[in-house]
Amino acid sequence: MPLWTLFGLRKGKATTVWPKRGQENGQEGVRGMPRIEPQRCEDGCTQCAAVCPTEAIRVHADQTGAARLEVDYGRCIVCQLCVEACPTDAVTASSDWAFGTCNRSDLVLSGDFHIVPKVTEPESRHGFHRSLHIRHVDAGSCNGCESELQALNNPFYNLHRLGIFFTPSPRFADLLLVTGPVTYAMREPLQRAYEAMPEPRWVMAVGTCAVSGGVAGGGYACGNGLEGVLPVDLYLPGCPPNPAALIEALLMFLERAPQRVKGGRLVE
Amino acid sequence: MIGFELQSIEPDNVPVAIGQLIKNGGRMQMVYGWQPDDGHLELRYVASRGVNEDFLVLRCVPRGPLPSVAGISPLLGWHEREISDLFGLKFTGLPEPYRLVLHDGASPVMPPLDRAYPFDTPMPFEPTEGGMPVVDSADVQRLPFGPVRADVVESVELIFFYIGEHILHLHPQLFFKHRGMEKRFEGRSLAHGVILAERVSGVDSFAHGLCFCQAVECAAHCIVPPRALMLRSLLAELERLYNHLHYLGHLSHTTTLKVGEAEGKLLEERAKQINGRLTGSRFLRGLLIPGGLRCDLAPELWLSQALEDLRKDVAVYTAMLETTNSHLDRLITTGVLNRQVAYDQGATGPIDRASGLDWDLRRDHPYAAYGELPLTVPVRTSGDAHARAQIRIAEIDASIALIQRILLLLAAGPVRVDCSPTPHSEGLGWVESPRGSLFYGIHFDSGSTLSRVKIKSPSFSNWRVFPLTVHDSNMMDYAINEASFGLTVAGCDR
Repeated sequence: MPLWTLFGLRKGKATTVWPKRGQENGQEGVRGMPRIEPQRCEDGCTQCAAVCPTEAIRVHADQTGAARLEVDYGRCIVCQLCVEACPTDAVTASSDWAFGTCNRSDLVLSGDFHIVPKVTEPESRHGFHRSLHIRHVDAGSCNGCESELQALNNPFYNLHRLGIFFTPSPRFADLLLVTGPVTYAMREPLQRAYEAMPEPRWVMAVGTCAVSGGVAGGGYACGNGLEGVLPVDLYLPGCPPNPAALIEALLMFLERAPQRVKGGRLVE
Repeated sequence: MIGFELQSIEPDNVPVAIGQLIKNGGRMQMVYGWQPDDGHLELRYVASRGVNEDFLVLRCVPRGPLPSVAGISPLLGWHEREISDLFGLKFTGLPEPYRLVLHDGASPVMPPLDRAYPFDTPMPFEPTEGGMPVVDSADVQRLPFGPVRADVVESVELIFFYIGEHILHLHPQLFFKHRGMEKRFEGRSLAHGVILAERVSGVDSFAHGLCFCQAVECAAHCIVPPRALMLRSLLAELERLYNHLHYLGHLSHTTTLKVGEAEGKLLEERAKQINGRLTGSRFLRGLLIPGGLRCDLAPELWLSQALEDLRKDVAVYTAMLETTNSHLDRLITTGVLNRQVAYDQGATGPIDRASGLDWDLRRDHPYAAYGELPLTVPVRTSGDAHARAQIRIAEIDASIALIQRILLLLAAGPVRVDCSPTPHSEGLGWVESPRGSLFYGIHFDSGSTLSRVKIKSPSFSNWRVFPLTVHDSNMMDYAINEASFGLTVAGCDR
């Protein structure tokens, strides 16, 4: 055992200084949501919408009858099919993964898109700005989100240093973090975990499945994420969202970092 | 190239044919149902025979309840129960005549995999308790644990029957996470099919995507260009690498070796960052397509160097693990799975090889570029948690050696050809995923869209075997034993 202590000491500090300083968030080369600039589209082209497996990109006619693109990043699974299908440079690959938002509508790029209304009024989270306890519930995910959530506690991200902890019991939790499209069998255990939490309590939908159902949503066994199941206070789409995206979203929720996505666009 | 041989058999002959097959050294891999256009149900029994031989696929059209073969090939018991749940076919003489995939209380309007099932209709569900072992002693306590468990883990309910520290029986209630993924493939294009397959089990994304592609290529008789085959093997090994490193970190967590846990998970993070840098995805998603790869990769010098650095650190780490008594004491003789049980009940992958069964699809039924690569397949015979960990440690080494070899051999060339299966064709794909053997059975009907996709994941097999190592063990060893199996719930539940 002393050998392990020595081993650990010799290794030195593995934790990144990000997000406090620098850019070393561990996501070099990692792709995020595709960037879409409708003004570069060819007239009448709908190829990106045609290849999208989750209908994140849809085409509808505006008042003048012209085709308009609507992009819902809450449905995007980062498959990049639209990037490959685009004949012009209207859709491009990007590293925009910091997509945590408090409003579902902020994930939607387009003025008159069907917006899922936010169920709860924003409450003041004063008193929770420094520390947060999270209870995670897997409501039918593919285990990709869990893999990245587990990574948060590895020495590189070391979530504890930011005062954010996972707690075994919902009784001690401030935030219920849900992954997966909510299967028929997980719906009740999920709701019971929520009911067991003391107030004030918040809910975070992690991953596109939890936000909107993703590729698995619907069908005989799944719902469409947390829509109609629990009130959601924090959305983070991604398939899966990477650990840095999770950290950014949590800090944003604690009002320790700005919300970077507004109206479906990353604002620098 | 290895493929499959399709034979038709009469329903009444199934038990005899399968008994004969096993006697001749074959091993059943799965049985699944599918409905061609006209709506009748067909079954496919899939078996492996000798090394480098075609898989045998037995086609059977049931005309009523079928005789169960779970008594002859116990590993097929779960498959038959799944077919009962999802297609409504009855089996006579089934040793465990209960629901498996659908929870008690779920009442679909018709069997959900029936082609006529209205696509987006959720099943009505009234949670009720499923079948439980009958216990008639007041001393035996029952501990239901889950489906929401401590820590960030997947949902499963573990029901222990125990006296004091001693576990008499473990009943894992799985399939809380059943998403009906196989149904989601129906009517989808090939490009969407890969995207779906990659999301069946997140930490096996590449293996699932690859298996799907290989099944489609098998149906289409498509020859994938050599560079794509090499890159596929490379990526498959990168997936094994981060999974096995995670496994060692998690195993150290259960033996409370804190620094060992931190180091294992840090090494896993490095492997995932390599994935991200090379492919844009930490889970190696978005690369595969039937016919090759969606884009070429340029694994330049940095990859070779990064892996060599990783290998050195892994070697120091695993040597430390293998000489830490407190760690080894908890692993040795924990959760012993003997060879016969492993074989009969269908254990696969590192679990199988830790119990003395020398079988690896990469070597014995080569796919991608494995036929041209030297592959070391570690085998242990003690069947305990330590053997399972040792297999993974040895496989990490072998994976890195394979990747370095591929980097040397990689020649320029195209990475994609057109792949379009003919109507009414079917294909079988197989992949040795980090967790063991993965099979996809794929059927096309009149169009070029998918009509049926069957997924046999390694965790489906290993979850069946796992409780057999828990019965008659003790509570203190449970978490270690579970970690030593390296199971995923998503892969099993689908």
